[in-house]
Amino acid sequence: MNTDSNPQAHVYSVTEITRRIRGTLERDFSEVWVQGEISNFKHHTSGHLYFTIKDEGARLSAVMWRSRISALPFTPQDGMKIIAHGRITVYEVRGVYQLDVYRLQPMGIGELQLAFEQLKERLMREGLFDPAHKKPLPEFPERIGIVTSPTGAVLRDMINIIARRFPAVELILAPVRVQGYGAADEIAQAILDLNAYGEVDVIIVGRGGGSLEDLWAFNEEAVARAIYQSNVPVVSAVGHEVDFSISDFVADLRAPTPSAAAELVVRNRLELLDILRNYCYTMTQLLQEFTDSEREKILHFIESYAFNQPRELVRQHSQRVDEVDRRLRELVRHRFELLRGKAVELGKRMESMNPELVLRRGYVLVYRDGKHISSVKRLKVNELVKMKFHDGVAESRVEGK
Amino acid sequence: MPQTKKEKKGSFEKSLKRMEQIVETLERGDVPLEDALTMYEEGIQLSKLCIDKLTQAELKLKKLLRDVDGKFKLQDNERPE
Repeated sequence: MNTDSNPQAHVYSVTEITRRIRGTLERDFSEVWVQGEISNFKHHTSGHLYFTIKDEGARLSAVMWRSRISALPFTPQDGMKIIAHGRITVYEVRGVYQLDVYRLQPMGIGELQLAFEQLKERLMREGLFDPAHKKPLPEFPERIGIVTSPTGAVLRDMINIIARRFPAVELILAPVRVQGYGAADEIAQAILDLNAYGEVDVIIVGRGGGSLEDLWAFNEEAVARAIYQSNVPVVSAVGHEVDFSISDFVADLRAPTPSAAAELVVRNRLELLDILRNYCYTMTQLLQEFTDSEREKILHFIESYAFNQPRELVRQHSQRVDEVDRRLRELVRHRFELLRGKAVELGKRMESMNPELVLRRGYVLVYRDGKHISSVKRLKVNELVKMKFHDGVAESRVEGK
Repeated sequence: MPQTKKEKKGSFEKSLKRMEQIVETLERGDVPLEDALTMYEEGIQLSKLCIDKLTQAELKLKKLLRDVDGKFKLQDNERPE
């Protein structure tokens, strides 16, 4: 080696230069995500995992310590394409660098589907899907926890449906990201938080439709365990009508979409109004029959023994019965009328909220791109809109505003 | 009408169950007239309360947060458009 070309160059010892390499690498690569294919996978007797991540151009040694393996949602295999999250470390003594892996996730659909099957299998064997563990939903929840993205149509739709069906509830939102790295942990934490808060009667956890990768957070173990541990009943509402996610299997109830969940969680107050009307009517009928039969009994009693009693006493008894009877009828009629009035009024208000009836009264609903437009501010001049009458639809163009 | 804090938890459900009980008792007719009248009054009163609840049109939306001490609190939220 010739140091003449640069007389000022520092001559390193092996240890020194290795230390400096280590410093640089560990600082610059203290947190990285690396994608590639697994090869030379070994589950060492020590319990640690050793493998190589490679692509066409290079190879990177990797290790996953035993303590981190439980976080794996799938079993890594040679040939699997993965994304590894970890940091670069340098082993000075052996002069090698490697990736110290925290988490491993499959890249791409094939890998995702395999991981899904493996996790599903494992959790099922552990008993997380056991029907005996599932809790019934409360019939009249007063506070409903919602774990979903705070932006987007899903939350808005759920709120609208609940507002229409049974607005006398409180919705407690625990906003989360519903996809991406770390979303699963946020979702799990939100479920735990709602449980710790302790004042919700049921939880809806969900999101709108998407690809398997988009929905992946709901297939992760963290979410499954949070749902399983929840003391509050959980409805899983991951928006894909046909397929199931792991959260669907663990939850106390599965809804095919978030909107369906909103329908399942609260009853329709119109239906309940009918039930109340029936109760009132039945109670009044029964009371009427009751008093009629009491009246009969009393009259019969009087008539049976009348010949033994002074006439005056008999007359007094009869009068008393008539008196009670009259007051009773008054009472019943008054109460019932009050209630009937209220019920009729409520029914009318419900119906006035029915859009079909609004249309019949001559109003027109304006739609653009299939969405209802309720404010002129949202329209632009020259836009094409659809006008929905009760008996048909017309297209029109905004001339001015 | 807002749900007051005085309203007991589960009162709607309890009211419905009680009304069902009253109907059953009146059907059996094995109580004195006085009691039947009282129960009837009670039943009508309960259904009035239930109707009041159903008439409540305002949905309440809150967000769950933790404050500086790490304790839970609720923050009022606007309905998203």
